Amino acid sequence: MAKMLKPPSSARPHITRNEDLIFELSAPGKVGADLAPLDVPAASAAEELGAELVRGEIEGFPEVSELEVIRHFTRLSTWNYGVDTGLYPLGSCTMKYNPRVNEVVARLEGVATLHPYAPDELAQGCLRVLYETARCLAEITGMDAVSLQPAAGAQGELTGILMIRAHLADRGHPRKTILIPDSAHGTNPASVAISGYEVRNLKSNARGCLDLSELGRAMTEDVAGLMLTIPNTLGIFETDIRKIAELVHAKGGLLYMDGANMNALVGVAQPAAFGVDVMHLNLHKTFTTPHGGGGPGSGPVAVRKFLEPYLPSPLVAHGQDGRYFLDFDRAKSIGRVRSFCGNFGMAVRALAYILANGAEGLRQTTEDAVLNANYVRERLKDLFALPYDSPSLHECVFSDSRQAAKGVRTGDIAKRLIDYGFHPYTTSFPLIVPGAMMIEPTESASKAELDAFIEAMRSIVQEVEEDAELVLKAPHTTRVTRLDETAAARKPVLRWKP
Amino acid sequence: MYPVELQYTKDHEWLRVDESTGTIGITDHAQKELGDIVYVELPKDGERMTAKETLGSVESVKAVSDVYSPVSGQVVAVNSKLQDKPELINTDPYGEGWLVRLRLTDPREAEGLMSSEEYEAYVQGKAAH
Repeated sequence: MAKMLKPPSSARPHITRNEDLIFELSAPGKVGADLAPLDVPAASAAEELGAELVRGEIEGFPEVSELEVIRHFTRLSTWNYGVDTGLYPLGSCTMKYNPRVNEVVARLEGVATLHPYAPDELAQGCLRVLYETARCLAEITGMDAVSLQPAAGAQGELTGILMIRAHLADRGHPRKTILIPDSAHGTNPASVAISGYEVRNLKSNARGCLDLSELGRAMTEDVAGLMLTIPNTLGIFETDIRKIAELVHAKGGLLYMDGANMNALVGVAQPAAFGVDVMHLNLHKTFTTPHGGGGPGSGPVAVRKFLEPYLPSPLVAHGQDGRYFLDFDRAKSIGRVRSFCGNFGMAVRALAYILANGAEGLRQTTEDAVLNANYVRERLKDLFALPYDSPSLHECVFSDSRQAAKGVRTGDIAKRLIDYGFHPYTTSFPLIVPGAMMIEPTESASKAELDAFIEAMRSIVQEVEEDAELVLKAPHTTRVTRLDETAAARKPVLRWKP
Repeated sequence: MYPVELQYTKDHEWLRVDESTGTIGITDHAQKELGDIVYVELPKDGERMTAKETLGSVESVKAVSDVYSPVSGQVVAVNSKLQDKPELINTDPYGEGWLVRLRLTDPREAEGLMSSEEYEAYVQGKAAH
């Protein structure tokens, strides 16, 4: 393969040209609209409305034509790399295809235009969508009740931990500490700290799983619960989960499951069967609602029966008369965590995805996601170190240790992948793997696409051997080449000034 | 490879005991693993620290890591230069990149820490894992 080096800047094709800021495109006097001459008597806004209400010139406002505005934003839009562009193996993020049928359903007039304050009688269809989504998620997780309110995963975690606290307080004492393994997502300790608990970290064992003896020592009657991601951030299933749940429950603690990695379990295993008491799901990962560009996300929480009274209020209920209604009469609820019924549009899309697939389809999806991750693992394991060789589920985590000997680290390989047309994998996470390379292809990738990715990775490894500089200076084919991330963090320039 | 006059923790902090005060920083190994440090959070003067509790945090372009106090004591000085120049931790981890100075509650607490030789063996053991 020819080396992809940076072409001379003067010879760049138009389409890959860098784009000025819209302020820099501005020329004095240019306007986007050509208004007809006034055919009524002119009036003075200052006289009619009062001078204090009249805004003068907006300093620095760009003066551009309509076509320039359209071209500017259209060109910028082509800079995106998304799941609709190509493989996006960003580990832990589950960047899978968002089926278009979701969007069709979400744009149905009755769904898209309902006012959030519409009375229950006029919102029966949408209330039923919420009710059915919660029911499906309860079935998928095996849990008894679900709230769709939390706006994303971290808020789901916070909601779950606040429910644990409320329940334990009702039992007499909220306790002091929550246990979290060292492989957890950073949001876990943050949610725990905001809920007023202390975090205690548990070290993982050589298999990459929670260490039972370490848990046994840490699990006292001061501990409110254990927060566990299953499969964990190494993509490894906690095979001791039943014993873990027993240890936690024996001391009166609760088991929280971070459901960020549910793409490895849906349709195959129900967390309730593991002994999980409360968990959250990420609709924007597992259930194909949009993930890039701010989502918005959605992080429903699912609980066992004894925690149902603490779920955020209101819940959608189904009355004796067959009508759906928002039930605010919930004395023990931890209260509202989000306006209205959460990000309703995401529930619509998730339900469309669940119903379009059905139980069989969801199971197939999970199996394909696991198969794809294992295919990548198998075909790259001769080139990259695999620090934890327990079986992988939906993602696999390599280490850059062999390439590091040549001075090339995970971030360099990731940047070189961009030259090959792929979105990078996740770098440097989980923290228990130095130089982590975390790859999650999801079920959306075809074998041909995975092969192309694998070939790119193999080619980069060869480059590391033959010409490490090429990798260390990547990317070469992008508009903007290697950025100085350190300077950007130490001395950020947050505002453009002319 | 690691200064012999210092003592070390499994979380990669170093401690320099000077009679009743102790200076704390992170090791060369830690700064290399973290990469370029971009932000440092330190305790306030006068704060009381308990051994193994969080003393502050260091943030690199890759990750944020808590720093734990190797011993108990009261903060008598923090390295204010790090606010503007966090890179001192990268360039001089045992010198200008120090983090905090404590008045030790009990100098005997330091006896449980690792020597330079023990720490080196510990780091190599981890790398082999």
